[in-house]
Amino acid sequence: MAKTLILIPLEADGTVGKAARDLLASALAADPGADVGVFGKGAKQAADVVPASASRVLVAGGDGLASPTAANDARACEALVRASGSQLVLAPQHSRTARCLPLVAVRTGGRIDTRVAGISLGAETKVRRWYYRQRMQAAFTREERPWFLLLESGALPAAEASAGFSGAVEEVSWEPCSRTQALGTEAAIAGEQTIRPDADLLLVAGAGWTKKQSDGQTHVPEAEELIRAFLRATGASLGSSKSLVDQKGEGAVISFLTHMNQVGQTGSSPRHPKGLATCCHGEEPHVVGWRFIGERRAINLDPNCGWAQGKADVLYVADAFAVLRRLNELLG
Amino acid sequence: MSNGYHIVVCGSLVPDPLQTLEPVMAPDGPGLKNEAMLPSVLDPWAAHALYEAAHLAKRVPDSKVWLASLGPKPKLQQLMMAVAQKAPFEFVAIDGSASGFADSFETAQALAKAIQSIPGLDRDRMLLFGGCSSASRDAGTTLSMVGALLGVEDQFLAVDEIEPDADGGFRVKERVEGAQYLVSRCAGAPAVLAWATGNLPEPPNNPQIGMANMRGILPALAKAPSVGALRGGLRFESVETPSQRRETRVVKDAGVEEIARELAEWIRG
Ligand SMILES: Cc1cc2nc3c(=O)[nH]c(=O)nc-3n(C[C@H](O)[C@H](O)[C@H](O)COP(=O)(O)OP(=O)(O)OC[C@H]3O[C@@H](n4cnc5c(N)ncnc54)[C@H](O)[C@@H]3O)c2cc1C
Repeated sequence: MAKTLILIPLEADGTVGKAARDLLASALAADPGADVGVFGKGAKQAADVVPASASRVLVAGGDGLASPTAANDARACEALVRASGSQLVLAPQHSRTARCLPLVAVRTGGRIDTRVAGISLGAETKVRRWYYRQRMQAAFTREERPWFLLLESGALPAAEASAGFSGAVEEVSWEPCSRTQALGTEAAIAGEQTIRPDADLLLVAGAGWTKKQSDGQTHVPEAEELIRAFLRATGASLGSSKSLVDQKGEGAVISFLTHMNQVGQTGSSPRHPKGLATCCHGEEPHVVGWRFIGERRAINLDPNCGWAQGKADVLYVADAFAVLRRLNELLG
Repeated sequence: MSNGYHIVVCGSLVPDPLQTLEPVMAPDGPGLKNEAMLPSVLDPWAAHALYEAAHLAKRVPDSKVWLASLGPKPKLQQLMMAVAQKAPFEFVAIDGSASGFADSFETAQALAKAIQSIPGLDRDRMLLFGGCSSASRDAGTTLSMVGALLGVEDQFLAVDEIEPDADGGFRVKERVEGAQYLVSRCAGAPAVLAWATGNLPEPPNNPQIGMANMRGILPALAKAPSVGALRGGLRFESVETPSQRRETRVVKDAGVEEIARELAEWIRG
């Protein structure tokens, strides 16, 4: 097996995120001899989340890594990769690794593949990933090394490991530069936080909520209230079609939706066990974002909408206003 | 001395997202059934990058926009019929594979080489724009590697906003986990900005801009270098479309009460 480095980014608050911890456990179970590298301000202190079974832990820290910037993160990771001398670098798919590791791949003469859905480690490492926005999946390997792989959660079989690495931690030095300064984070959506990646349920709102209804009128304030009440009652995450978030103008927009809520081709592909689509037609560019949603149900007035074409488990041909009104009462 | 931006947008073609895509395995790797015949569009996130580039160039005097596209020449020509009317740019064409199965590093190398030879491009003033991910490979690595190959290490991924300031620097908002923006300030060009949707709607077609662009597009296509299949050291074993099709139960004549109860049970279950 090629020598492996498991590369772990710290969150802005200096902690290790859940996906990164899961990767640590599962990658060390698959390759117990792998090196572990941690980068971010306070990496040395954070190294105690590394499983006790790890054989070698390298860290890159310092003020230059307090907030993520491509330049400093790439310099720190390059130093870790060179110090480890690994041919295979496994990291969680995360904004911090996605931003900096392509740079490191170029500088170390390696290659990178991202959004890896499955990996088998062995004499020949093989990976699976999606292409064309979740429309097809391919399995491949490659010749070039070092090979950087950004893994989605679940790419390796889950494993348990108790934290508490107590061996010597090797601090790796690197040279910061400061053309970019991170100023901090801010909520991308004003007001109530409607995107909840850990929720069991995704509610998708489509453009139908703002269209003229059977009485010839639009009912946008009522639509807003019904959606809000549903989110409060269920704790669901809120997704949207593109048509709905693209709407601009007076009155006809759901005020708390932004592009961040958009699901589909040019939006997100969230992972929830269940999804309920309302007033959304279920066109292909939207439904590609549903690849990782388990059970799917839809409410639409049109019995021939996209959801009826094998895209949902159940399609209720009904008025979503009426159904949500009653559903909110039942759940409330 | 002038300090406008030299904005190079990297963006290529992808199959129209409304098309059904079927993979096929060939001896040199996977591709799409009838790939040459599939209607294509400008890669959506790269399209947003182009609109943002045009907008920025309008705001910052003495700026200029290039669009660098790597794809099969005949398809690029077709694509430009639509794209040329959207925003003023100078076209840089590279004739090669736009397949999602091409290697992103090989693609990045071909783009970096083409960008290096753009006459009049001042790389100290360069902002390298493109999509944060393609609709074909969906890797989110190409633009970053083009930047790395050109020695640009200030890079931003999944950008929704750039705001130039008076000192030649700019503020950027990048999408990060948990529906948050990471807000940063960069001292100025050169930098890489890989765009998410940004904040601008698709501009209407403007035939005058189209005519002006077309004057440069045909010569650019004529002199496009050929770079081939760009597979690198990738070795594909299989490609498949896992069936997404479900047996949909269509509930047509049920009352609101019945539907609401069934849904409540499902949600609680
Ligand atoms: C390059 C490209 C990228 C794209 N990316 C995306 C993407 O990322 N995400 C995305 O969503 N789309 C995307 N699209 C657009 C996509 O093709 C569709 O146009 C869009 O998803 C339609 O949104 P919708 O279903 O909400 O609206 P519509 O098509 O307008 O459908 C509204 C639906 O509401 C129903 N309705 C109305 N009133 C009620 C009621 N009272 N009760 C129940 N049902 C009702 C109607 O029957 C209708 O089915 C993309 C398109 C292109 C070309």
